Amino acid sequence: MEAGEAKSKKAGGPRLCCICNLRRPVLKRPKTLQQICRECFYEVFEEEIHQVIVKNHLFKSGERVAIGASGGKDSTVLAYVLSELNKRHSYGLDLFLLSIDEGITGYRDDSLETVKRNEVQYGLPLQIVSYKDLYGWTMDDIVKMIGLKNNCTFCGVFRRQALDRGAALLKVDKIVTGHNADDIAETVLLNILRGDIARLSRCTSITTGEDGPIPRYYFSTECIYSPNAYRGFAREFIKDLERLRPKAILDIIKSGEDFRIATTTKMPEQGTCERCGYISSQKWCKACVLLEGLNRGLPKMGIGRSRAGDVNGDLHNKNESKSGPTVKSIESRKQCGSLDF
Amino acid sequence: MQLTLEFGGGLELLCESKKIHKVNVDLPNGADDLTMKHLLAWVRTNVIKERPEMFLKGDTVRPGVLVLVNDCDWELSGQLETTIEEKDVIVFISTLHGG
Ligand SMILES: [Zn+2]
Ligand SMILES: [Zn+2]
Repeated sequence: MEAGEAKSKKAGGPRLCCICNLRRPVLKRPKTLQQICRECFYEVFEEEIHQVIVKNHLFKSGERVAIGASGGKDSTVLAYVLSELNKRHSYGLDLFLLSIDEGITGYRDDSLETVKRNEVQYGLPLQIVSYKDLYGWTMDDIVKMIGLKNNCTFCGVFRRQALDRGAALLKVDKIVTGHNADDIAETVLLNILRGDIARLSRCTSITTGEDGPIPRYYFSTECIYSPNAYRGFAREFIKDLERLRPKAILDIIKSGEDFRIATTTKMPEQGTCERCGYISSQKWCKACVLLEGLNRGLPKMGIGRSRAGDVNGDLHNKNESKSGPTVKSIESRKQCGSLDF
Repeated sequence: MQLTLEFGGGLELLCESKKIHKVNVDLPNGADDLTMKHLLAWVRTNVIKERPEMFLKGDTVRPGVLVLVNDCDWELSGQLETTIEEKDVIVFISTLHGG
């Protein structure tokens, strides 16, 4: 502290926090370019989140809410803020931490430790759901079978369902996930680059799946099996932009939100999977198709250029069930490490 | 000059997974002060063991790497021109992945 004060004097006189005018500023908010102190940052940050919760009617008193907990910074911040606001403003929520273990040796050790610390620190019960429990396969097992090329398809598809199944286990009403502005801006940009209007409209939406499961989760650390080069490039690009203009990131998110209003693109109809009940535009959801492939020793099923629809048709014929009309699945190009809402 | 360097958010992987480094840095020849500019060059040579491009871009940190000098964002202290003093704590956190 003393060293810090000496330093700020050195850097051209002691400037004080723009909000309280009392303490030394420690950061510049990209949003407002204000230089503010630690205490004021917490205060405005928490108050803004509270306002968003109230304005969007995100919760009702008595609801059971699972916090998607990856052990990363975003979900840790979310766990802290939500448990804090729940107490401060008497939301009356029953909060839980929900964590997914993909079964990649060594990969989750650190993050699960963090989640366990969150459990103690914020007094939130923790539920860990493993791929092995849910699917009978760990990611390590899957990689052994199919190699490194397409494993991210499995990882991504299985993860979204894992969160919902875990939520069902806890009998929760809602799942909340934490995302930072960089991630959302990056996702907006990637969806534009991929021409994916359906996902673009969802990625800036604050709530998803009001009538069904709520698939929202962010893969915390870069997948060790496949660092996503394309995504990495987009991230560097937006961070470069931010350096030139700090508000650039929030502006990209704003663009994503405005696109949502403008879009008239037809969305694929959503039904439920005949096998597991998860939302799916096909007879079988993507996870069930992939699992069928794994269990039958045909792991390429449902991967790559072939659309989920083709695979579904193929499966149905073999199972002698009538093959219904196939809607092009928006899930088929999902990549590992992508931001899912 | 005794300094504490901390690496987080994945940057520790570039320096043998060690997060906290207590180091001793000498003033550059003929200089009166140690600046962040000099410290970054020193870190690259003496601390970073692999993939320096994950840490630096040009003569500064890669966009998305947060730098705190005594818990204060280095944007407020002059970034590369920030003067470092005895016993300062400098933290580098990558925000590029790790939600
Ligand atoms: Zn203040
Ligand atoms: Zn299914």
